Amino acid sequence: MSTILDVKDLVVKFDTIDGIVNAVNGISFHLDEGETLAIVGESGSGKTVSMLSLLGLLPSPPARIEQGKALFKQKEGYIDLLKQNYHILSDIRGGEIGFIFQDPVTSLNPILTIGQQITETIIRHLGKSRNEARFLAFELLEKVGIANPIVRFKQYPFQLSGGMRQRVMIAIAVACNPKIVIADEPTTALDVTIQAQIIELFKQLRETLHMATIWISHDLGVVATLADRVLVMYGGRIVESAKVEDLYEKPLHPYTIGLIGAVPGINSRGSKKLISIPGSPPDLMIPINHCPFAWRCNEVEAKCWENIPTLHQIEEDHEVACFLHESAKVY
Amino acid sequence: MKIKTNLDKFIMLKYLVTKLFQSIILALGVLLLAFLMIRMTGDPTSLMLSRNASAEERAAFRASMGFDKPLSVQFINWIRNVFRGDFGNSLHFKESALDLVVQRLPATIKLAGIGLLMAVIIGIPLGFWGGLKSGSIPDTIGRLIALMGQSIPNFWLGLILILIFAQRLGWFPVFGNDEPKAVILPAFVLCLPVMGELLRLTRSAVLEVHNEDFVRTAWSKGLYRRTIYINHILTNVFITLISVIGVEFGYMLGGSIYIETVFSWPGMGQLIGQALGWRDYPLIQTIVIFTSIVVILLNLLTDIIYALLDPRIRYAK
Amino acid sequence: MQNKYTITTSDSLLDLQISLWDKIKRIVRLLWRDRIAIFGLLIFMSVVFAAVFAPWLTPYQPLSQNLYASKLPPAWIKGGSWDHPFGTDNLGRDMFSRIIYGARVSLGVSFVGALIAATIGVFLGSLAAFIGGRVDEIIMAPINLVLSLPYLLFVVFIASVLGRSLINVILIFGVTNSPIFARVTRGEVLRIRQSAYVESAISAGAGWLRILIIHILPNLVGPLVTLISFQISAMIFYESGLGFIGLSVPPTIPSWGNMLAEGRRYLTSYPWLTTFPGLAIMYTSLGMNLLGDWIRDISDPRIRRARR
Repeated sequence: MSTILDVKDLVVKFDTIDGIVNAVNGISFHLDEGETLAIVGESGSGKTVSMLSLLGLLPSPPARIEQGKALFKQKEGYIDLLKQNYHILSDIRGGEIGFIFQDPVTSLNPILTIGQQITETIIRHLGKSRNEARFLAFELLEKVGIANPIVRFKQYPFQLSGGMRQRVMIAIAVACNPKIVIADEPTTALDVTIQAQIIELFKQLRETLHMATIWISHDLGVVATLADRVLVMYGGRIVESAKVEDLYEKPLHPYTIGLIGAVPGINSRGSKKLISIPGSPPDLMIPINHCPFAWRCNEVEAKCWENIPTLHQIEEDHEVACFLHESAKVY
Repeated sequence: MKIKTNLDKFIMLKYLVTKLFQSIILALGVLLLAFLMIRMTGDPTSLMLSRNASAEERAAFRASMGFDKPLSVQFINWIRNVFRGDFGNSLHFKESALDLVVQRLPATIKLAGIGLLMAVIIGIPLGFWGGLKSGSIPDTIGRLIALMGQSIPNFWLGLILILIFAQRLGWFPVFGNDEPKAVILPAFVLCLPVMGELLRLTRSAVLEVHNEDFVRTAWSKGLYRRTIYINHILTNVFITLISVIGVEFGYMLGGSIYIETVFSWPGMGQLIGQALGWRDYPLIQTIVIFTSIVVILLNLLTDIIYALLDPRIRYAK
Repeated sequence: MQNKYTITTSDSLLDLQISLWDKIKRIVRLLWRDRIAIFGLLIFMSVVFAAVFAPWLTPYQPLSQNLYASKLPPAWIKGGSWDHPFGTDNLGRDMFSRIIYGARVSLGVSFVGALIAATIGVFLGSLAAFIGGRVDEIIMAPINLVLSLPYLLFVVFIASVLGRSLINVILIFGVTNSPIFARVTRGEVLRIRQSAYVESAISAGAGWLRILIIHILPNLVGPLVTLISFQISAMIFYESGLGFIGLSVPPTIPSWGNMLAEGRRYLTSYPWLTTFPGLAIMYTSLGMNLLGDWIRDISDPRIRRARR
């Protein structure tokens, strides 16, 4: 299994009228072919911003990619997504990397039909004629579980429910058989029952289309069913990275432990206290040189205030950025 | 903008009928308003006759115009006449007020039409460009032009321009509608505030639409820049603009009073300017009603175009 | 350990949690970012200054005629003198004084007119939005009617019927401009009422007066102040238009519109009679428009929000 995406030391800042926001503070990770990587964290942890920056989808003032490389595998080798011109980038967007946005209500153009919005991308990347694109779109709509695709094709977004709109977004994202699909909290805006359906749909598509997925979420329950590996982000940094089983069985970072403890399980009636993590997310405008989680950590020590922890490998495929685990390094 | 399904056509028809009905109610409202406005200070006789009229003259006038009858009777008679096309006679010209107004209509439409064209051709592209490249030099220049257009009293500018271009330089005729190029100066001056408004509106609409989520989706699909600008941004911007363009045209029809007076342009605006001086209220009233009805029809048209462009509107309850 | 560094999520200048000093600092920063707005502010202040201190700024009375000194050109043209820096009109009245005093009329009419329009409009608009249903329809029907008609024609019509007087002009502007305030207010109140803040406040049992004061009013200030500035600029223009066709304040009161009408006859021979009033109108409108632009920019959270 080869790596198709290799991100190194990504730093993204925002220049706002009240100061500079350090949204992403040096993250590095990789994605292999066909694997599902989940990125977990609370609002403001930088998960969405980092993914948007990979495809150049951040509004460019005020956003600024200060440094970093995003190596994407092509036939001839790797290219750095962050340095490509519009022409090449637009070929990759939609064609090789698809994006599913969080809010299906606002992410579709209200005055174009569903069909137009799907065929748009098919015609652009696959070079099909209008008719061929239309048939492909019907198939796609069926594949994502929309009944009566021919009727829906001519309808407008406001005529569809939230769940259906999200299915359309998924259809658009996978229309051209991309190598990677980045899904930004696609089920957050939907009800729980629809959520389950969308996740099922995703699993099916994953099997049939063999695509790698990056799934952003703050919902650990969803992540458990879907992901192969998980990245935990906090304060614009990756604080833990592990295979999904390892994360749930042996969480190392205090933040991860807190997150897992904060999820109510069906079997834990009254036996365990619901642990919530006290405090609030960090203010990203203040540059720091200590562990970003120090304020809220209940195992914090003096050394946590002196430096910023970096990711160290603890065992195979399990890294954590925490001074408490420095001593247990294994290379 | 496609209306393909039968359901769509039916919805569109229903929308049309509703809007037509609303327009008729509006027109009736205008008639009522105009009727009441003349009578705002009581008996209209004193408005229309000179101060020196004797009591007998007043009584005779009142009787001939029907002002001595009760209000409701006056209204019913008047409405009945209006529906027959009789808006009364101009006091000054002693002819049918409606005929006089209709005679003047083409000139004003020509003026306002060319003015609108100028405003759209200059204002919208500049605004579009400014919105896309906000903060750049062309954007700043565009905003400056818009600002000046909206701050300069346009009839005053007309006077100045006449002084410079028509009298001193002789490039344009000083007054009237006799040559084709006579329309240029007055139309330009008339269009300035509208152009300014269109420019700003386009600019802010572009900025707003540009930041919408669905535009980001469009970028994420890797579409060509031109496709995104035209199919996604421009179409949504147009929707905001269409209703404004209709309103602005109506505004120009009203603003033509000053411009036509300054340029001695033989349209409805000049007529009402003169009528005000003559206290020729039947004529004044007719012009106001007539122009309002034209504006109402215009609004109807823009509503229809709007519904054609934006499906959400025609489906709204 | 409690984190004292919290992300400020408020965008509104009216957030009660930010200290006054911070608010002032923020306004200055916003002014500096849009430096052009400073011009608007300065222009506005200069016109207000001129209007308020008119008697102390002018050497002559605006109405005093001096036929021996009539039709003098401005000081920098041959034949003029610095006694009458802007020249004199056909009745020998000093143009400079008339322009300064004219500011009183223009500003007075516009301010008071805008205030009346805002009061009536906000009242009607919020009533319609709050109560909704039938009342909403009854209130908004005539308002929508008026808004869809050619404004200038009706103003001219009414002005002609009512006659020339200062009060009439103010009342006409006040009443005829209230619909736009009503519509904007209604729109804003409806929007805010549906927002999550208010819904949660209502479900928490807050009385409607409290909701009004804490949630709705602060959000209304931005759009209202913006609208007021633009309306003032518009009314200055309307007054000048009315004056131009002789329907504004009586000729005994110096207004820029009246001056334009009087000077028109002498356009080619003594052009300064119309130039200065026109420039004065332009100057003031420019200031109000710049100011209005800036206020709109700073009160619109979507434009100010630059962080994600």
